Amino acid sequence: MEIVTTDVVIIGAGGAGLRAAIALAETDPKLSVALISKVYPMRSHTCAAEGGAAGVIKKDDSFDLHFDDTVGGGDWLSDQDCVEYFVHEAPKELTQLEHWGCPWNREADGSVAVRPFGGMKKQRTWFAADKSGFHILHTLFQTTLQFPSIQRFDEYFALDLLVDDGRCQGVTAMEMRSGMIKQFHAKSVIICGGGAGRMFPFSTNGAIKTGDGMALAYRAGVPLKDMEFVQYHPTGLPNTGSLLTEACRGEGGVLLNKNGRRYLQDYGMGPETPLGKPQLKTMELGPRDRVSQAYWHELQKGNTVTTPWGECVMLDMRHLGEKYIDERLPLVRELGIAYLGVDIAKEAIPIRPVVHYMMGGISTNTKAATQLPGLFAAGECACVSLNGANRLGSNSLVELLVFGKSAALSAIAHMQGLPKPNTAALQARANESQARVRELFSRTDGTESMSGLRKEMMDTMEKNAGLYREEIGLKEAVAKLAELRQRYNKIVLHDKSNVFNTDLFQVLELGSMLDCAEALAVSALARKESRGAHQRLDYVERDDQTFLRHSMAFYQGLNPPRLDYLDVVITKSPPGVRDYSGDHK
Amino acid sequence: MSRKPFVREVSKTGWYLKHPRYMRYMSREVTCIPIGAFALLLVCAVERLAQGQQAWDSFVAALTGPWSFLGMAVILAFSTYNATNWFNVTPKAMPVQTGEDFLDGKYIVGAHYAVWAIATLVVLFFAGVL
Amino acid sequence: MTQLKKRMVQLEVLRYDPEKDKEPRFQKYTVECNEEWVVLDALTAVKETIDPTLNFRWSCHMAVCGSCGMMVNGEPKLSCHAFLRSYEGVIRVEPLANFPIERDLVTVADDFIDKLKRVKPYLIPKEKKSIAEGEYKQTPAQLMKYRQFSMCINCMLCYAACPEYGLQPKFIGPAAITLAHRYNQDSRDGGRDERQEVIATNEGVWECSFVGACSEVCPKAVDPASALQQVKVASTIDWFKEHLLPGGAK
Repeated sequence: MEIVTTDVVIIGAGGAGLRAAIALAETDPKLSVALISKVYPMRSHTCAAEGGAAGVIKKDDSFDLHFDDTVGGGDWLSDQDCVEYFVHEAPKELTQLEHWGCPWNREADGSVAVRPFGGMKKQRTWFAADKSGFHILHTLFQTTLQFPSIQRFDEYFALDLLVDDGRCQGVTAMEMRSGMIKQFHAKSVIICGGGAGRMFPFSTNGAIKTGDGMALAYRAGVPLKDMEFVQYHPTGLPNTGSLLTEACRGEGGVLLNKNGRRYLQDYGMGPETPLGKPQLKTMELGPRDRVSQAYWHELQKGNTVTTPWGECVMLDMRHLGEKYIDERLPLVRELGIAYLGVDIAKEAIPIRPVVHYMMGGISTNTKAATQLPGLFAAGECACVSLNGANRLGSNSLVELLVFGKSAALSAIAHMQGLPKPNTAALQARANESQARVRELFSRTDGTESMSGLRKEMMDTMEKNAGLYREEIGLKEAVAKLAELRQRYNKIVLHDKSNVFNTDLFQVLELGSMLDCAEALAVSALARKESRGAHQRLDYVERDDQTFLRHSMAFYQGLNPPRLDYLDVVITKSPPGVRDYSGDHK
Repeated sequence: MSRKPFVREVSKTGWYLKHPRYMRYMSREVTCIPIGAFALLLVCAVERLAQGQQAWDSFVAALTGPWSFLGMAVILAFSTYNATNWFNVTPKAMPVQTGEDFLDGKYIVGAHYAVWAIATLVVLFFAGVL
Repeated sequence: MTQLKKRMVQLEVLRYDPEKDKEPRFQKYTVECNEEWVVLDALTAVKETIDPTLNFRWSCHMAVCGSCGMMVNGEPKLSCHAFLRSYEGVIRVEPLANFPIERDLVTVADDFIDKLKRVKPYLIPKEKKSIAEGEYKQTPAQLMKYRQFSMCINCMLCYAACPEYGLQPKFIGPAAITLAHRYNQDSRDGGRDERQEVIATNEGVWECSFVGACSEVCPKAVDPASALQQVKVASTIDWFKEHLLPGGAK
């Protein structure tokens, strides 16, 4: 098996992975960086993020305010030392991105413009039309092209981490177009593999968001933290699940039930603000978890609009005017017309909450280090925890930059004074990894269908681990997922080709999703409280006495994960009330 | 190696037949033939002029007649097609930015037609037609 | 509640397995679809319910990642943006033209990736600035000068449509040159001379004869044809300045 020897290997080339690569190349051009991704970097799902990236720049804003918004938005599950670090680094990273050419929207005087966003007390969201993620991704990707030390391995599917001597020292990966497996021996490994929203049937996520990065670390013994916290974005297209950015509401769009009522005021986010004049941190600019949950309540009351694609509420942006929409929300307008036949400039558009983001993931500290020496993680696949129980819109794109860089610096620090690797031991691990994949090809007693298992997984996640959960449903999910993980070993691989075998990749991706889903369900069952995005019908209150802690799920092979808990770091903001009413302080 | 990328051949002689958009392109390009022919004709005209009154008169006489008229009509048609096609795409090559907006292409195209009209009038004037 | 209308769709897909096939061959599928679906949905339905060995790239399903480019009835399209309602009868699906076929609908994109890198598509700042000094100032008008050309999703439909690229594979091509032009037009950038050396060449813009097919098929209205003609104009002016002005002023 071919060996690629490098200083750092980065798995995942989205915003976080690319930022880490640039940080490595800039800090020390002599370092060799192998950037592995299962898709070409521009296909990474960072490209679909629309709204913007938050960083304090206005004179009436402050780091303390960004800190408070984030901690409150996270329902006090965020580690406050991490949030403190994050809010200070954010404007620097966004400015750095601007220096690399990112086409941020501007004020008339040429300075960077900011827009209002959900859960934020002040305007601090930098944006590039409604394609912020796209521009950030392309700016980062294009910037990497000038560094000869970054060697890319496009369309390589990472398989297993190589761990020896208590340290992570590399990874095996398959060149997707030839089926050849290669081993990467490195001093430090950074995982930036993204989230796992595809374990739900209905999400804003692209096909590639299958939690492979999370599963890699999980199987190597690193705990997955706070997996039960899954964010529903309030406004997704009801047929495809495509994202309609929060900026729709930031720019003044309003949510209406079937009676034309702006129903958010009935759920602690009132009083109703004037049309077209959104007020920060209230009504439609409330945090995502509250806004999505309000939909669920309206659904129970029978106030939703019946459409051929299910029960929806209406997002009305007509009052913004066509010119303003074309300037600020052109992609949204195009999406509505193309996929739903609705022109937001002329009619209200039906929407519903869709799975969007995983707050949980690979457990790291503020320096992006996992508890496995040599292994680092950043981006959506990681849980530092910055976002706590609910992420504020426009914090995620900056998170990629801040912790991507953090991971790079930590990776460099780790490399100092390392003992020489035991190549034979690493080779043995790599052979095991290869054998695992080859077994799929040679299996003769398979009985299960990949798409069948995948559907069963999605069905149980949707039914039992959705917006509102309860014990009986979660128990069913836990049992079902354990069963599916057993049956997974009997999957039939129909396509036996070595060349770009997407049947194989989807089987591997299903394996990742099943692991992540089980960690999610077990963590959710054990968390007997409602906090942020995790809402229990049987435990409706937040319980800071027992649960001001992170859930930590540890891989136990085919058995369900072992759960442990880690206290949340509280520094200057003791748990308070999340107040999104119009007259809050 | 199991890889064996397959390269689909592109016909060097018949590629434009594959799509109406390519046929439209070729119809624009093919105008170069009659226009080229006219350019040669003008070169002949200058040569004849240099050879004196008699040569010039017999040149003009040769250009009178139904076939010549037909030929000129064809050349004029192709030239017009060529000119209008190119005028219509000039805004692409020379966008005019006014503040945050761009000047509507129709003004740039219109300017070309205007100059063409004026040039035509000037030529006709000097030709004694106007 | 109104039911979603269904439709039986016939697809004729170009298949190729290098381990089995000498050359590509068409395969027919008939699959039940929702009327509002796109070609990608039909392909996914085929893969899930009829033939798991069918291979194609896709991800975002909202025309922003650029993965799913393919030929639909002979036209380069993003399969997530090719609506079934626009097609009648048998829909012919083939891998993107002008690229070698790796497997089924998956092409070899190496040439494009190489060319993207060659044109130096990154900001080469005119003046250095530290992070502490804040952002480079750029007015909305300056932003609009290049913003359209920054919208390219690298889907390669323009390369599939361009007959020059089909006939002359050395041509750097629409998307790569447009990206270079995007940086040339950025008020913060000072790297135009470096890029001109790559793009104002025979393999660059001078291979282009303004067929305009690239702009016609571009799903993001980037208008690469316009960018290329602008580069030609700029390059021509450069040449005259260099040869006519004293000192070869640039």
